[in-house]
Amino acid sequence: MKSIILKAAAGFLLPLLLLFSLFLLLRGHYLPGGGFVGGLVASIAFVLHAFAGGMKKGQKYFPFHPGFLMPVGLLLAFLSALLPMVTGDGAFMTGLWYPHPVPVIGMLGTALFFDLGVYLLVVGVTLTIIFTIVEAA
Amino acid sequence: MLSVLCACVIAALGLPVLVPRLPAAWRPSLAILPLGSFVYFLLTPISESQLLLTELPPVHLWLKLDGLSRLFALLITGIGTLVYAYSGYYLKNHEGQGRFYGFISLFMGAMLGLVLANDLYFLFICWELTSISSFFLIGLNQQEAKARSAALQALTVTGLGGLALLGGAVILQIHTGTTQIDALAARMPADFSVGITAALLLVWAAAFTKSAQFPFHFWLPGAMAAPTPISTYLHSATMVKAGVYLLFRLSAAFAAHPWWTPVLTTVGAVTMLYAALHALFRHDMKSILAYTTIAALGILVFFIGWASPLSMQAALLFVLVHALYKAALFLITGAVDHATHTRNVLRLHGLRKQLPALAVAGGLAALLNGGFPPFLGFIGKDLMYEALLHEHAVIGVPLLLVVNVALLYAGLQVGYRPFAGSAMPEGEVSKVSFWLWLPPLLLAVLGLLFGFLPQMPNALIAAAHVAVGSSGFAPLQLWHGFNEVLAWSLATLLAGVLFFRFWPMNRERLGWTEKVEMFSPAALFTWLASSLQLFARRYTSFFQHGYLRYYVMTVVAVLIGGISLLLFDDFAFKGSFEPLLELTFYELGTLAMLLAGLVFVVFTPSRLAAVAGLGVMGFAICLLFVFYSAPDLAITQFAIDTLTVILFVLVLYKLPRYIRVSSMAVVLRDGVVSLVFGGLIALLALQVIHQPLQRSVSTFYAAQSYVAAKGKNVVNVILVDFRGADTLVEITVLSIAALGVYGLLKLRLRAEERRNRA
Repeated sequence: MKSIILKAAAGFLLPLLLLFSLFLLLRGHYLPGGGFVGGLVASIAFVLHAFAGGMKKGQKYFPFHPGFLMPVGLLLAFLSALLPMVTGDGAFMTGLWYPHPVPVIGMLGTALFFDLGVYLLVVGVTLTIIFTIVEAA
Repeated sequence: MLSVLCACVIAALGLPVLVPRLPAAWRPSLAILPLGSFVYFLLTPISESQLLLTELPPVHLWLKLDGLSRLFALLITGIGTLVYAYSGYYLKNHEGQGRFYGFISLFMGAMLGLVLANDLYFLFICWELTSISSFFLIGLNQQEAKARSAALQALTVTGLGGLALLGGAVILQIHTGTTQIDALAARMPADFSVGITAALLLVWAAAFTKSAQFPFHFWLPGAMAAPTPISTYLHSATMVKAGVYLLFRLSAAFAAHPWWTPVLTTVGAVTMLYAALHALFRHDMKSILAYTTIAALGILVFFIGWASPLSMQAALLFVLVHALYKAALFLITGAVDHATHTRNVLRLHGLRKQLPALAVAGGLAALLNGGFPPFLGFIGKDLMYEALLHEHAVIGVPLLLVVNVALLYAGLQVGYRPFAGSAMPEGEVSKVSFWLWLPPLLLAVLGLLFGFLPQMPNALIAAAHVAVGSSGFAPLQLWHGFNEVLAWSLATLLAGVLFFRFWPMNRERLGWTEKVEMFSPAALFTWLASSLQLFARRYTSFFQHGYLRYYVMTVVAVLIGGISLLLFDDFAFKGSFEPLLELTFYELGTLAMLLAGLVFVVFTPSRLAAVAGLGVMGFAICLLFVFYSAPDLAITQFAIDTLTVILFVLVLYKLPRYIRVSSMAVVLRDGVVSLVFGGLIALLALQVIHQPLQRSVSTFYAAQSYVAAKGKNVVNVILVDFRGADTLVEITVLSIAALGVYGLLKLRLRAEERRNRA
């Protein structure tokens, strides 16, 4: 599976797709998108790159095993759900929002961090499964 | 009392470490633990009031020392003292001596807890602990397959009984509203309902398994695989008596039940007759003792069954008598085994020359066992005959006569025969330490002393008699005068001695029992256990065959069956084909793409092409989602499909060429199943559309999405806010799945790497 076109394209596609995945993540609260889809698109970016350039090269973008993203994402989602209980603003999973819009990101709230956790976890899960299966095959 | 139990637990934890570091000569001194407890129970007055120590609901740690508890506690600690001392010498070269002391301490603590417990659940816990610790004790020689299987068998049988006890305790609590044992009798409903009867049956199941009643007796002879001190402790005085203790303890509550007397007397009678006759055919000393123990337990159950004051008194006294002589005979067996390395009574003779002290102990124990005057056994036997003559003479007395003669015969085989006759060659017998002959001698002498001075055990038995709820205790006496009881007693002795004199043991006799072995409960149990395993294996390999295609087919078939059952129960087709006319050209185009992909997937000879076809179908479905305003769904489906195709390509690329191996019939079958399932789902979807829709939930989400959660994309707001906790759990499951994939595949990789390297 050596295709010079795919290889060259993958190099450009990686940053573009990652940017697109972040875009999906951030717009999720108002328009179609969200952490789950964003995470999937980010995984596609890495897998596509690995597909074109070989597994070894695909994995080298990760200084650590992608599986480590799973606990990080899980923890982030959990903490963002826990935050209102710690600050005493409400029950578990109550949404807290920063009152003013932030440039680029828009409204900033616990829901966004929750979604970010989902995003990271999905990347971790997908890449772990795919890389492991491909290695085993 | 709690401190005694705690000391046992501490010993159970500490002794396995401590004992191997202790010089061998000091190890018998560990008997200080049971000895101290013995003295404590001897001096503590009987407290009718209960000691509320602490509450750990639902288990209330109620301990109570009444007469019955004290009788058993004294036996447990008293014989425990001798066994501890004896084993310090007997097992001094055994690698498992530390383990032995640990488990036997645990066992002693559990046994004491059992007889002191005044709470059904605490009693159950102790009951299970005795089963578990005895499992380890029976299997002390863990290298021997025989010991291991005997331990497992004992654990299975007594463990099943333990479960029954738990069930009985729960039912009793429901029906009487209390778990306090001494309050049960007062709270017992006057008319025994079905529930109470069920509880009684379960309690019986526990007692019969623990106390080796027919047909559950077979684990006990097997348990003789344990070293002799363990057999002494577990299978003469204590563990097997736990079931009898339970019957004693609950007799106050249950004795009025119409089933009590018929069932217990029948089971007891069958057990004692069966085991006593069996004992006649054995020539391994331990085997003889095992069967006489079963017979003795049968006698106890038999007398508890009659539930009259006199029969209870006879049973209580027999508990003491049996513990004394059976422990003595077991300890003698161990000493003989230690000195000559055999327990076969056919090969042992004339040991009195080399082992005089042991011979004295053996003779005394045999006489105590036989119930010769002036031993305590004589009083015990008289009481039994008296109890039966009062009420149930016709069947009971002849039955008891046969059993007693057989027991006397067996006692003489073990206690007298090895020591009588011409001496054995000098080289075959080694000397035994006084640690081995003193304990049995002590027990036998005690039996003689109690016979001369029956007022000594009198108070003990009388208090126990009160505790089981009986009245009218007749003080123990050695001499009752010339009466019918004495006649039966002397007839027993005469018959037994004549029997022993004129029907000597021989080698062929064991063969007789082997002929009926295949019908014995033990063989049945083994057959049942192995067929259960076979069934489990067949069952598992039938359902877990490892073929993914059949798993899928099973799931689909069940779904087809279930759905059609519900769908066609009251079926009226509600869909209409009119909307088909309104399809736009791009919808039709997408459908055509979908169908083309489908046909391609089914008929293509290449795996990669099939995957590509699947991808086309996935994207077509995405388009349909877009048309029908589900952009979130579409975009997710799109990403998933992309990933799936990439994954398939990466993996399939490395597989060998695709070969069509399915026959035409298989292909047709798969096709039919798929078409039926797809058709059914389509039909279901068409029907569902015409169901009236509940919109309140979606309306609520749509209305609250921006107001409450500051988001305009309802789908996403549901995911991260309204149902965020669900999402949290879902992503946790997702990570677990990923870890599972990683673990499964990585482990296989490692194994392969290792193979490749080797």
